[in-house]
Amino acid sequence: MLLRHTTAKEIDRKALTINPAKTCQPVGAMYAALGIHGCLPHSHGSQGCCSYHRSALSRHFREPIMAGTSSFSEGSSVFGGSANLVQAIDTMFTIYKPEVIAVHTTCLSETIGDDLTQIISKANDDGCVPEGKQVIYCNTPSYVGTHVTGYSNQVAAFIKFFSTATPKKRNVINIAAGWMEPSDMREIKRLAAVMETRTILFPDMTDVLDAPLDGHYKMYPTGGTTVAEMKLTGDSKFTLGLGQSCTEDACIKLENKCKVKFEMLDIPIGFKATDRFLMSLSRHANVPIPDSLSDERGRLIDLISDSSKYLYGKRVALFGDPDTLIPLTEFLVSMDMKPVYIVTGTPSKYFTERMTEILKDIPEAKFKCGEMADMFQLHQWIKQEGVDLLIGNTYGKYIARDEDLPFVRTGFPIADRPGHNYFAKTGYDGGANLVKQIMDAFLDHFDRTCLEEKVEWQL
Amino acid sequence: MGKTLIEELNMSKFTEEVIKAYPSKVAKKRAKSIVVNDPDSIPQIQSNVRTIPGIITQRGCTYAGCKGVVLGPTRDIINITHGPIGCGFYSWLTRRNQTRADKPEMDNFIPYTFSTDMQDSNIVFGGEEKLKVAIREAIELFDPKGIAIFSTCPVGLIGDDVHRVARQMKEEFPGVNIFGFSCEGYRGVSQSAGHHIANNGLYKNLIGNNDNYVRKNKYAVNVLGEYNIGGDAFVIEDLFERIGVDIVATMSGNSTLEQFETAHTADFSLVMCHRSINYVAEMLETSFGIPWAKANFIGAEATAKTLRKVGQYFGDQELIDRIEVVIADEMIAVKAAIDKARTKTVGKTAMMFVGGSRAHHYQELFTELGMETTVAGYEFGHRDDYEGRRVIPTIKIDADSRNIEEITVYPDATRYNPRKSEEELAQLKEAFDIEFNEYKGMMTDMKKGTLVIDDLSHHEMEKLIELYKPDVFCAGIKEKYVVQKMGIPMKQLHNYDNGGPYAAFAGAINFYKDIEMIACSTIFKQMKAPWEREDFVEAEYVFN
Repeated sequence: MLLRHTTAKEIDRKALTINPAKTCQPVGAMYAALGIHGCLPHSHGSQGCCSYHRSALSRHFREPIMAGTSSFSEGSSVFGGSANLVQAIDTMFTIYKPEVIAVHTTCLSETIGDDLTQIISKANDDGCVPEGKQVIYCNTPSYVGTHVTGYSNQVAAFIKFFSTATPKKRNVINIAAGWMEPSDMREIKRLAAVMETRTILFPDMTDVLDAPLDGHYKMYPTGGTTVAEMKLTGDSKFTLGLGQSCTEDACIKLENKCKVKFEMLDIPIGFKATDRFLMSLSRHANVPIPDSLSDERGRLIDLISDSSKYLYGKRVALFGDPDTLIPLTEFLVSMDMKPVYIVTGTPSKYFTERMTEILKDIPEAKFKCGEMADMFQLHQWIKQEGVDLLIGNTYGKYIARDEDLPFVRTGFPIADRPGHNYFAKTGYDGGANLVKQIMDAFLDHFDRTCLEEKVEWQL
Repeated sequence: MGKTLIEELNMSKFTEEVIKAYPSKVAKKRAKSIVVNDPDSIPQIQSNVRTIPGIITQRGCTYAGCKGVVLGPTRDIINITHGPIGCGFYSWLTRRNQTRADKPEMDNFIPYTFSTDMQDSNIVFGGEEKLKVAIREAIELFDPKGIAIFSTCPVGLIGDDVHRVARQMKEEFPGVNIFGFSCEGYRGVSQSAGHHIANNGLYKNLIGNNDNYVRKNKYAVNVLGEYNIGGDAFVIEDLFERIGVDIVATMSGNSTLEQFETAHTADFSLVMCHRSINYVAEMLETSFGIPWAKANFIGAEATAKTLRKVGQYFGDQELIDRIEVVIADEMIAVKAAIDKARTKTVGKTAMMFVGGSRAHHYQELFTELGMETTVAGYEFGHRDDYEGRRVIPTIKIDADSRNIEEITVYPDATRYNPRKSEEELAQLKEAFDIEFNEYKGMMTDMKKGTLVIDDLSHHEMEKLIELYKPDVFCAGIKEKYVVQKMGIPMKQLHNYDNGGPYAAFAGAINFYKDIEMIACSTIFKQMKAPWEREDFVEAEYVFN
C-alpha cells in the first residue's frame, strides 16, 4: 500500500497537516500574472519559492513558465530586500523586456516587512522602469490563505493598477476569470462569441499556457489580456465574476474604483452553472441566448440520461479548490450522484454556505475547509465508509490505487496526465467532457475488475 | 587535418556575445562564470556565488537541498516541514526518489508530506508550540523511529528554535530520534548550502548511533550521493548483491534510518554526487577511518571502472574474479544496445546543465553513444566540482558560505579504525591509480574548446541553442518546455522524464534507448504546416 499508515481512526489534529489540499499564495499570484500579455511575474523572496512555483506550473501545463526572483540572501533577510528588488527590476527590463513586471511577495519578504510601494517607487526614481512600462505588485504572504488567495490578490492588483474609468462607457461585459485551465477560458470566450457579446476576459491564459509548437520560443506568447484591455475594464458596463474566492475581491475593487457593477457567479462547470452564466451574460449584455446553445445543452442532458444508470446514487469524494468544487459538486448532484466527502485546504465561509445548500438532500455528506482539511482527512473518511469515485488532482492517485477507486483528475496540479489545458470542463461541452471522463473511469474500472462472465459488450 | 566538431563550433566568442544583453555590472559578473575549457590548463570558473536578482536562474534554495535532496529519500523518518504550507507541498513526491519497503509492516512515509502549516498568528506569536503539538500528533498517529524538522524562511526570522524543540521532544519521547535542520531558504546561494546543512545533521544525529550492523558478505561499502531517482539505487544494489559486497548505507536513495546509523561500520565509501555528500564522506574518514573515492555508475564503462575499483581496494582475487564475471556478462547486452543506438546518435551534440554532478557523469553516457558534449555546467556546483578538489584551499570564503555551519570532527575515541594504512592507500594509488579523498572535477574530462557555464541563465540558454543548435539539451523541468518550443529535444536529467533507471549497466541501456528515441523522434519535423514550408508552391488556376 502506498499510504500504508493511513487508518480509519481519526484523532483531533490541531497542528499537523498531512497531505494538504492546498498550497501557498505566491504560486497563485504567479499563475494569474501569466494571464496578462507581456507580463513577467516576479517572486520577491528566496530563489526556492520561484523555483518551486515555476516547477509546479511547468509540470502542470507542460509549457514554459517564466518568472524572476529577488534571490534573497541572509544579508537581504536581515537588511531588507529593497536593493535586491530594485536590481531585479533593472535586470529584468534590460534583459527580458517585459511590458509589465508583476511582483508578488513571499513569507520571507512579508515577515521582514518589505514595503513594496516604497521599493517600486525607488525603482522608478532610479530610472529602472523604462518609459511606458510598469511594475505592479500584490502582497501574498504564504502564511495567510492559500494559492487561491494569491490568485485573487493578483487579479485584484490588475484592477488596482490598470483599470481606469473614463467618461466614455462601452457596451462591454468584463469577465473576471477564477482559477481554471486555458481550455476552460477558451470555452467561455467561445460561448461569449456565440452570444455575440463584447467581453474582456481577465486574466486570460489562452494562447499563453496552451501555446503551439512552431520552433520559435516566445517569452511572451501571443495570448493574455493586454494592458490596454485591462485599462478599459473600467469603462465596461458590467462585470461577471466567475468563482467567488478568486474574483470577488477584484470585482468589488473595480466597482469601488470605476463604478462598474458586478455579479458573482460560479465557474460554469455543469449545466446548472452554465445555465446561470449564459442567462446572466444574456441579461447584462442584453442579447438573446441562441438556439445553438440550447442544442449544446440538450446534447449534454442526452449524454447524462444515456449514462444515468451508471451515475445514479454513486458516492463521490472530491478535493480541490472552492471555486471548482462548488459547481462540480452541484453538477454531480444534478446527475443524481452523491458527493459524500469534500475537502479543500482553502478556508471559505462561502464554501461552507454553498455546500450546505447544495448537499441539503444528502445527509451523509461531510465537507471541510481550511486548516487540517487535508487529503489525509479525506482518506480517513473513505476508509470509514467507501466511495465509488474520487475526483481531484494528481495526488489523489495514491488514494485511488490503495482503495482501488475510479479516479478523475481535476484541479491543480495535474502532473501525471497531459491535455487538461486542451479539453475544457466549462460550458455544456465541458460538462460532456466531464461525464465522459467519469463514465470512462467507472467502466474501465468495471471491465478490468469484474468477473469474466460479467464482461458486457454494450452499455 | 579537418577541424573537430568543437573547433567547427568555435564557441570562444560566446561570452562576449551573450553578455551584450546584460546591464554592465551583471555582464561583468556573469562573464566570470562562463569559461572556455582547456583540460591541460584548467581555467578558474566563478561558481557558488549569489545569483543576480532578476536573472532567471535554475537554482532553488537551501530547504530544497536539505529536505528535498538529502533527507527526502529516506522512507522511515517523518519529515516535518516547519513553515507555511508551500515548501512542504512542493517537495512532496516531486523528486522521483523511489523507495521499496518490501513488507507491509515496514514504515514508508515517502508518499506523505507533513507540515505545521504556519498561519499568521504563528508568525506573530511564534510557532514552536504548534511544532511540538505537530510532533506529538505525528507520534500518536504513526509511531515513527525518527522525526526530522525542516525550517523554512520565516522560522529563522521569527526566532523559532527547532533544535530546542527537537531536544525537548526527544526527552518527552525517548524512543524517537528527533532532530532539526536550520535550512531556511535564504541561507547560502543555492541548494548546495542545504546539502551541507543536511550532511552536518546526519553526522550529528544519526551516523554512528548503531554499531550492530550484521554483514552478509565479507566486504561492505557505503554508496554516498545516490538518490535513487528513477530506481538508480535499485540497480546498483543489484550489482553489489551479485558481486557479493554489502552496501551498508546508501545516502540516501532507498534508505532507512538504520542505514545512516550504521554507515560507520563500512570499509569504504563510494561517492557519486560529490557536491551533495562530500562532507559526510570526509567526516566518515576523519571520525572512523573510512577512506572514500569518487565513483560513477553513470555509463557502462564508468560502472565497470567503479566496480573494478572496489575489487582493487579490497585486493581479494575471488571478489575481483566475480566482478569481472558480472562485467563480462552485462557488457554483452550493453554492447548490443550501444551498437543499435549509435547508428542514430554518432556525431550528434549535447548540452547539459544539471546539479552538482550529473552534468559531469552524463557526459560518459553521451560519449558511449558517440555524441559530443559541447557545453556543460552545474546549477549549484562549487569550483572543486569543476576544477577539482586541489583548488579548495584557494576558494575564497564569502559572506554566504560563512553562514553555513562548519562542524569540526575528530577521530572517534573508540571506533576510529583506519581501514587502510597510509602505505596501503599509496600502493593502491600507485598500482591502480585510485585517488582517495579526491575528485578531479568536470573540466578535466571535457575537451579543449568546450564551454563551461555555471548557474546558466535563461538568456544564456536561449543564446546557446540559437547559436550552436544542440541535438539534445539536458536540464530540468523549468527549462524543458522552453527548449522544446525552440524545436530542440529536451531530456530532463533531474527526473529523467519519468524514465530510468539510468545507473549501472541496465540503466545505461535504458539511456541509450531513450536518446535513440529522441534522435529518431519525428514530431519536431512537423512544426510547420505544409503550406508554411519553404518548398510549398502555391498553384493557381489560370482561367484566361
